[in-house]
Amino acid sequence: MGMIIATILVLVVVGLLIGLLLVFADESFAVETDPKAVAVRECLPGNNCGACGHAGCDAMAEAIAKGEAPVNGCPVGGAAVAEQISAVMGVSADAMEKKVAFVKCAGTCGVTKLHSNYVGIESCEAVAGMPGKGIKSCQHGCLGYGSCVKACQFEAIHIEDGVAKVDRSKCVACGKCVEACPQRIIELVPDKSVYAVQCASIEKGPVVKQQCSVGCFGCMLCTRQCEHDAIHVVNNLAKIDYEKCTGCGKCAEKCPAKIIRMR
Amino acid sequence: MRHSTFRGGVHPGDRKELSRNKPIQYHVPKGDLVYPLSQHIGKPARPVVKKNDPVLAGQIIAEADGFVSANIISSCSGKVKSIEPRMTSAGVMAQCIVIENDGKFTLKEGIGEKCDYTKLSRSEIVKKVQAAGIVGLGGAGFPTHVKLSPKNPDEIDYIIANGAECEPYITCDDQLMRNRADWVVGGIKVLLHMFPTAKGVVAIEDNKPEALAAMEKAVSGDERISVLPLVTKFPQGGERNLVHAVTGRKMASTDLPANLGCIVDNVTTLTAIYRAVCLNEPLMEKGFTVTGEAVNEPGNFLVKIGTNVQELLEACGGFKQEPKKVLLGGPMMGMAITDLNIPIAKSYNALTCLVEDPVEIAQKQMTPCIRCGRCARVCPIGLVPQQMQVAAERKDYKRYERIHGVDCIACGSCTFACPAKRPLTQLFKVTKSAILAARRREAAK
Repeated sequence: MGMIIATILVLVVVGLLIGLLLVFADESFAVETDPKAVAVRECLPGNNCGACGHAGCDAMAEAIAKGEAPVNGCPVGGAAVAEQISAVMGVSADAMEKKVAFVKCAGTCGVTKLHSNYVGIESCEAVAGMPGKGIKSCQHGCLGYGSCVKACQFEAIHIEDGVAKVDRSKCVACGKCVEACPQRIIELVPDKSVYAVQCASIEKGPVVKQQCSVGCFGCMLCTRQCEHDAIHVVNNLAKIDYEKCTGCGKCAEKCPAKIIRMR
Repeated sequence: MRHSTFRGGVHPGDRKELSRNKPIQYHVPKGDLVYPLSQHIGKPARPVVKKNDPVLAGQIIAEADGFVSANIISSCSGKVKSIEPRMTSAGVMAQCIVIENDGKFTLKEGIGEKCDYTKLSRSEIVKKVQAAGIVGLGGAGFPTHVKLSPKNPDEIDYIIANGAECEPYITCDDQLMRNRADWVVGGIKVLLHMFPTAKGVVAIEDNKPEALAAMEKAVSGDERISVLPLVTKFPQGGERNLVHAVTGRKMASTDLPANLGCIVDNVTTLTAIYRAVCLNEPLMEKGFTVTGEAVNEPGNFLVKIGTNVQELLEACGGFKQEPKKVLLGGPMMGMAITDLNIPIAKSYNALTCLVEDPVEIAQKQMTPCIRCGRCARVCPIGLVPQQMQVAAERKDYKRYERIHGVDCIACGSCTFACPAKRPLTQLFKVTKSAILAARRREAAK
C-alpha cells in the first residue's frame, strides 16, 4: 500500500514541477504575435502557393497586418477572401478583377504539321532546348510536354491532344504555369473577357500557313472589323486590348483562320 | 610505353571504318550558299553587303561585331540573293546571307599570294587570323584571334595540335593529317613563331596509325615539334583532358588553357591559320565527314562553308535506307537535326546518319538510378553525375552549382556508361542553360 502512495506522490510532484517549468517557459519565451495577423491568416486559403509574392500564407498574413500588402492581394481567394480580410483590417477593399490563365495556342497534333520524332526527357524545358523545338513545325506554340501541368497546384491545366488547356473554373491565376512555360505562351487574362487570340506565332503569313492550319498570319481583317480599336496586329500576330474589348465578336466572325475564339 | 591520357572516359565503338580510308575530296557546290550570321561564340557578325551586290570568293560579307566575334567570308562568287531568316542547324530560323553561286568561284585579288610569316610580328599575324574569320573548327566555334591574344604571351610553353578526334564515326581530321600534314605543321610553325618560348605537340589518338606516321614524317627535322600518341578514349579531344594528357597540368573549371601556358587548336583550325597567314586564303572551306550506316557512300570532304547539307548528302549517293536519326557532329556530342535543308557552318565537322536511334532504345530500357557510381567513374572532369541528377530533378540550382554541375562539358560519357539508361546529359544541358539564363537575368537587373 505504501508503495502505491509513494509512487502517486512522486508522480504528482514531478508533474507539478514540469507544469511550473512549462508555465515559466511559455511566459518568458513567448513569441509576440499580432492578433490581426492571426485573424487574417484564418481568412487566407492556406495553399501556400506563393502567387501573392510572399513566402506562403503566413508571411502574407503578417504583411497584410502590417499594412505592407493590400487586403485584396491574394489572387487565389479572390473577392470573397478580400472581403473577409477587409472586415478584419477595418478597411474597404475594391474587388480585385478575377483573372485566368490562357494558353495562346490551338495547334493540336491534328492541325499543326509535325516534322520530327522526339525521344528523351519529357518536359517542355528539355524539348525547348532541342534543335527544332520538339515535334511540331511551329517554333512558337505549345510543346505539349506538360511543364505547366506539373507546376499547377490546382489541377487547372491539362494537355489535350498536344496542347495545354486551362479549366477556367479551377484556375486561380496564381501564375505558376506562366513561369513554367519555356515558350512563354501562357498569359493571365481578365476572366470576364470573352474572346482571345489563340496563337503565338510571330512568323510571316506564308510560313504560318505552312506550319499550322490554326495560326494567325496577320491579315489584319480583325483590326478592320473592330469598332472599339481593341485589336491590333503587332509583329504578325493579332493582340486584343482587353480594356477596350467589349466582346462583340465581330473580329472572331471574320477571322479566316478561326483563331479568335470564345474561351 | 603506355600512351598518355586522362582519368575517366569511355570506350564507345568508334565505327570509323565506314569512312577512315576514304581520301578527302573537294566538293564543289552548285546551289546557293547560305551563311548564318552567328557561326561562332560571341556576338553575331554584322552584314556589310546588300541585296544584289556582286561578291567574289574570299570577300568579307559580314564583319565581326566586337572583339569576341568573327568575320564571315564568302566562299563562292556570285551575287547576294537576300539577307533573310533561314533554317539553321539549331532547328530555328536565323538571319543568314544567301549568295547566288555563279559556279565560277572567282577569287578576290591577292588570295593565294605566298607570304613569309617569319617577317610578320605577333600582332600582324593575329590581325590576319582575325580578318580571315577563323574560329575553333573542332566544334566550339570560339574566335581564334581571341585565343591567340593571351594575357601572358611569354609564358606560353605548349602549342597543342588537337588531332585526337575521339568522337566516333568522324574521320575528317584523320584524313586531313594523312593528306595535308604540311598544312598542319605549317600552322604549328606560325604559332611557334608567335610564341617562341613554346614547343609544339601534335596529339593524336593511337587508333590512327597512318595519321601518326604522316605527322611524324612531316615534323621530322624540326625539333621544336613532336608527335604524341594518346590512348584511344572518349573524350580525349576535350580541351581539359588534352592539356592534362600532354602536360600533366590540371585545369580548373575557371581556367583557360592559356592560364596554364597552353594554346590548344584543332588540326583543322591550324590548317586554316596556315592558309590565312602563309597563303592569304581566308576561311572558306573545311573538312567534313558524311558518314553513318544509312549513307550510300560515306566519305570525307573539303566543303565550302555555306554548302547545303542536302546537296552534300546527294554527292554521297543519298540514303541507302531511311535514317532513324541524323546528327550534325558525332553520336556522342552531336545534335539531331530535323531538316536537311540547312547550311554547313564553320564549326560543324560531320553529318552522321544512324539507322538506329540509341536514345529511343535506351528510353525503353530506362530504370531508376541504382547508385552504382559508374557515371562518376567515367566523368572526365571528375563530377558526380548521380548527385547532379538529384539536384537537377529537384530544380535545386543552388546545390547543383555547389557540386560544380555547371562545369559539365556535356560529353555524354555518363549517359553512355549508365546501366540504368538514364538521360543524364540531356538533363544537365537543360539545367545548365536554365542556370545560365537565370545568371543573365540577374546580371541584366
